[in-house]
Amino acid sequence: MKQIAVISGKGGTGKTSLVASLAALAVGRAVIADCDVDAPDLHLILRREIKERREFMGIKRAVIDPSKCTLCGSCEDHCRFGAVCGSTVDPLLCEGCGVCKLVCPAEAVSMVDRMSGYAYISQTRFGPMAHADLFPGEEASGKLVAMIREMARETAASSNLELVLIDGSPGIGCPVIASLAGVDLALVVTEPTISGEHDLERILSVTEHFQIKAVVYINKYDLNPDVSRRIEGLCGERSIEVAGKLPFDPVVVEAMVLGEPVVQLGGPAAEGIKELWRALEAYL
Amino acid sequence: MIISIASGKGGTGKTLVATSLAASLDRVQLVDCDVEEPNAYLFFSDREQIEKTECHVPVPVVDEAKCTHCGTCSDICAYHALAALPSQVLIFPELCHGCGGCILACPEKAISEGSRSVGEIFRARFGKTEIIWGELRLGEARTTPLIRAVKGMAKGSLTIVDCPPGTSCSMVEAVLGSDFCLLVTEPTPFGLYDLDIALKVLEKMNIPRGVLVNKSGIGDKKVYQYLEKRGIPLLMEIPMERRIAELYSRGTIFVQEMPEWKARFRDLLENIKELAS
Repeated sequence: MKQIAVISGKGGTGKTSLVASLAALAVGRAVIADCDVDAPDLHLILRREIKERREFMGIKRAVIDPSKCTLCGSCEDHCRFGAVCGSTVDPLLCEGCGVCKLVCPAEAVSMVDRMSGYAYISQTRFGPMAHADLFPGEEASGKLVAMIREMARETAASSNLELVLIDGSPGIGCPVIASLAGVDLALVVTEPTISGEHDLERILSVTEHFQIKAVVYINKYDLNPDVSRRIEGLCGERSIEVAGKLPFDPVVVEAMVLGEPVVQLGGPAAEGIKELWRALEAYL
Repeated sequence: MIISIASGKGGTGKTLVATSLAASLDRVQLVDCDVEEPNAYLFFSDREQIEKTECHVPVPVVDEAKCTHCGTCSDICAYHALAALPSQVLIFPELCHGCGGCILACPEKAISEGSRSVGEIFRARFGKTEIIWGELRLGEARTTPLIRAVKGMAKGSLTIVDCPPGTSCSMVEAVLGSDFCLLVTEPTPFGLYDLDIALKVLEKMNIPRGVLVNKSGIGDKKVYQYLEKRGIPLLMEIPMERRIAELYSRGTIFVQEMPEWKARFRDLLENIKELAS
């Protein structure tokens, strides 16, 4: 089984649209894992039918029993996150460390499990998909990404599928690191803007740091050919292959509105993605 | 007054809006809290850097001479940042939240507090605009301590916070304490789906909010129907124009080349002030 993660550094470079098309091209061969748990949009194109739901337990939260609390202030003094005020805990600030429980002389604090979302296995028209709903504003998205990936691997093994295709989140922090851990290839999608260029350099340093093979894909390369050339240059310096370039194509947004993968509508972007898929197949 | 610029979906134009608003006003602080991928400063190429500091977080240091390897520290740590083996204690600094629990719990008082850097904070000036941003060290997972430290540098009377994308802890930390949050979206199915999640976060946090639709003209009309149905103010639209996209791609704040937009951004601020009060 191989695992490919599509990531980007900068948001909005076209990861999800690309993954939807790759899923369509890989029909019958892959499990899809939507690991962008903050903004899980892939199902809008793949159309899901939920088969299994699991509860996601995030971090615990402190709860103070006001009938036992003597308002001594010890928990408030020791909380590093400013989450305790009198005998109440702000659930948005509490990081679940348990220090308040440790220092409470009246045994008034308990640490309670808290459900932070759901993880699912769904059937889609292109194959099984593992995905999740993280409740708005919750923490521990990295832990949820790890859970989705485990479910995707289980499904791939039980259904005898050769590929796990991961749609990652923007950035370089916790959910991205969780999406990248142990993958065979990172497909890094960028765009020719100074933000795209800057963010690409940072995410490539992260893949290097974790020793993960990366290839780069330049989306909307004709928006600014100069910056596209600079991006190709910086990939060259790092010995990273540019696996493809896609022209700006209004079909990409049209496809999103229709709820279809770009490759099913045709046009220059669709041809570019098919070419990329052939390159990825060779890699597999 | 603190105005945060956020979005659920990435790449909807948060930085475009934050930099344009800053460039249209006098005396403003622009604070970039997208510490994973900070971009706002790139649009002020002639900036003059005035400060660079490290952001330190606490981390446990074990005195092996005092340690009896009883395992209390690893039992208490909610983040699995310590592993007490029979002959030594392993520490995983990236997992540590710096709560101090292990220090309090150790019966031998064998743990003290050290510190390590998780990133850098920069401060620069460009005319009357002050730009502050944080840069997370590569390979670090936790963003919230650095976001908190970056926001802590903001002291002006008007602060614009450019937030990271998403709807979980990084976004929450960045918008926390805002007087108003402007959500930037695009009129597409992905934009709308993620806007809905972001609005739920702000509702939960009780932060006054409004929406700016960027790249208007593409996609569909569903976002407008959604806003109208829920009574959420639509404060501005920026059309999908090749010229704006090209200026952005070069690192130029488009209002500098299209100055008629500056008055619109000043009006936007007035509308926000009214909604926030």
